[in-house]
Amino acid sequence: MRKTGAEIVIECLKKEGVRHIFGYPGGVVLGIFDLLYDNKEIQLILTRHEQGAVHAADGYARSTGKPGVVLVTSGPGATNTVTGIATAYMDSIPIVVFTGQVPTKLIGNDAFQEADIVGITRPCTKHNYLVKDVKDLARVIREAFYIATTGRPGPVLIDLPKDVLADSCTPHCPEKIHLKGYNPKYEGNKWMIKQAAKAISKAKRAVILAGGGVIHSEASKELRELAELTQIPVVMTLMGLGAFSGSHPLSLGMPGMHGSYYANMAIQESDLLICIGARFDDRVTGRLSDFAPHAKVIHIDIDPTSINKNVYAHIPIVGDAKRVLRVLIEEVKEEGPHKWDAIRKAWLRQIEKWRKERPLTYEYSDEVIKPQFVVEKIYELTRGEAIISTEVGQNQMWTAQFYKFEKPRTLLSSGGLGTMGYGFPAAIGAQVAHPDKIVIDIAGDGSFQMNIQELATCVTYKLPVKVAILNNMYLGMVRQWQELFYSERYSYSYLDVVPDFVRVAEAYGAVGLRATRPSEVEPVLKEALKVKDLPVVMDFVVDWKEKVYPMVPAGASLSEMIFGDEEKKKGKKKLRAVK
Amino acid sequence: MRHTISLLVENKFGVLARISNLFSARGYNIESLSVGETIDPNVSIMTIVTSGDDKIIEQITKQLNRLVDVIKVVDLTEYDHVEREMILIKVAPKPQDRAEVLRLTEIFRGKVVDSSPRTYTIEITGDEKKIAAFVELMRSFNIKEFVRTGKIAIAREGIR
Ligand SMILES: Cc1ncc(C[n+]2csc(CCOP(=O)(O)OP(=O)(O)O)c2C)c(N)n1
Ligand SMILES: [Mg+2]
Repeated sequence: MRKTGAEIVIECLKKEGVRHIFGYPGGVVLGIFDLLYDNKEIQLILTRHEQGAVHAADGYARSTGKPGVVLVTSGPGATNTVTGIATAYMDSIPIVVFTGQVPTKLIGNDAFQEADIVGITRPCTKHNYLVKDVKDLARVIREAFYIATTGRPGPVLIDLPKDVLADSCTPHCPEKIHLKGYNPKYEGNKWMIKQAAKAISKAKRAVILAGGGVIHSEASKELRELAELTQIPVVMTLMGLGAFSGSHPLSLGMPGMHGSYYANMAIQESDLLICIGARFDDRVTGRLSDFAPHAKVIHIDIDPTSINKNVYAHIPIVGDAKRVLRVLIEEVKEEGPHKWDAIRKAWLRQIEKWRKERPLTYEYSDEVIKPQFVVEKIYELTRGEAIISTEVGQNQMWTAQFYKFEKPRTLLSSGGLGTMGYGFPAAIGAQVAHPDKIVIDIAGDGSFQMNIQELATCVTYKLPVKVAILNNMYLGMVRQWQELFYSERYSYSYLDVVPDFVRVAEAYGAVGLRATRPSEVEPVLKEALKVKDLPVVMDFVVDWKEKVYPMVPAGASLSEMIFGDEEKKKGKKKLRAVK
Repeated sequence: MRHTISLLVENKFGVLARISNLFSARGYNIESLSVGETIDPNVSIMTIVTSGDDKIIEQITKQLNRLVDVIKVVDLTEYDHVEREMILIKVAPKPQDRAEVLRLTEIFRGKVVDSSPRTYTIEITGDEKKIAAFVELMRSFNIKEFVRTGKIAIAREGIR
């Protein structure tokens, strides 16, 4: 049966199992929007900005593992998606973005609302397409979903000229796709895995560094089995938080720039570093030349380019984390019955010593609200069961430090790109996918204002997303750097005008709450958690002087952490940024 | 070190842009690049000459492989291979030097593909050294124009 391009799009989305699209209409995609008008199977969530739509699709994907879908118009609609796409690309999130395009005959003519979005997004998509013939459409959509969700996941964009959507053909969609240039490798090299097992048996001071790849490949169970079997402590990158229970005795939390002292020390003193699905970002490694100086490195990653990019891997294993770990666990068992407890005793004792020496703490006050206290309370009240998104800045780091993520897919945070304005729309996407779960965006006052318009989206669809603003009236992380490294010259980091968030929320038809004293924090949170079909904005007026510690200054080694107590002890000590 | 990388790619629009994007975005340089169709019209072959230490070359080949439209990447530097490049060079020698130019062209097994009362256009094919040597010799004969194809290369025996 002949179908128009627009009909083919809808039919293919159904075949892919898509139930929700995040989008925004415009001239060239009205054909598809018209079909969505009375479609019962696919619901479009109309955001208030295309960037919001992409972050929402991203949050949908991170919280479910299923691809998020976006539909926007050409030109400005398309360019507004770029930050969202780049965010998803940096964190390997599967989304498929459909953009409208001017009719094929006008492409290249500077037509009204024309933008070369395929050209613009080439460096920030896993792959992208301009469909020039309606006969290719069904196959391209199939390929796009396949590419987005397999191997190392990532965003794929499909540009749809208006005439292609209007043209018709008898669609042909091959069940099996064959792409000559795309064959992700899932099984790790057996011999290499054996070497890894040997190294694990020999190591005295081993550490596992788990990244987002563990979550993408659903390998948490295997990770836990390996860690418990061999008694190896686990540190997790920001993307990896939740891959391993944060309250497990073997969990050391996050390493890196704002990592825990004991996580960083464990890496620096390790003799074996087992990196699983992480890519040694500079925020994790600090100065590379001094990173884990004594460690032999096992690196398991599905993307060969991640291996040997920043840190040399003595034992490189290209493959899917879950499958590699399964084989590795068997190999470790075969290596012989080890008395793991005895082997690790000294090492684990050392780590406990570090943990006691420098725990993650802050100074509680009953005068002003400490931002960390808010995060702790959120953790207590949700027992680590909520889906938490963050914005970027201090709010993000305090969340990573003080919320103990128990399960994979419960933290949504822009790690690679560090996109302010990500958290709130991402929370919307997660709430759409999980209507019955508690979804909380732990926000900064600056970041929240970058996509605050999405309050309207929440109200429209009765999404009870909670936004907990750690309101310090500052671009806090910027202020922190200026205080520490720029002689306290607070250039453009003070937000003179911060709106009354409670009234903003109310103006949108949402619920607004405020806490200004520590004693009000818990009641406000409890009140917010009761609201079931409206978004809630909680304005926590926090101590603006608070800083995130420990901190590894940019360019310093992980061993050169500063803790903030230096200031108090020795008076104000001047710190310099290390080049 | 210099490397000659040969890659098979889908013959689709935008592929060249993907590859040049990759090099520029990651700060790798391209010394020369040539593209053409293969026997299979759906597939093109590119020869890229680039340079960098082992770590960079490893990244370049891996990053190229990661592109969906790239079918196969071979670093020919690791294999016994033949490289060729062609140049067209137009010289305007003094009348008394014209014979010398012809003689040199012959020694280099070049061809005069066009001549005018004041100029010769010469075609030379060969590896880098030979071409460099010829261009060097021509410098004293008033070079007017000079174009080159970029390198193409092939392994002496089948690879895998
Ligand atoms: C889109 C974007 N612009 C600029 C930055 C740089 N930046 C990083 S953190 C930060 C401050 C964030 O302020 P706020 O949201 O109030 O969070 P806080 O640090 O105060 O918790 C800025 C400007 C960024 N990460 N993203
Ligand atoms: Mg702030």
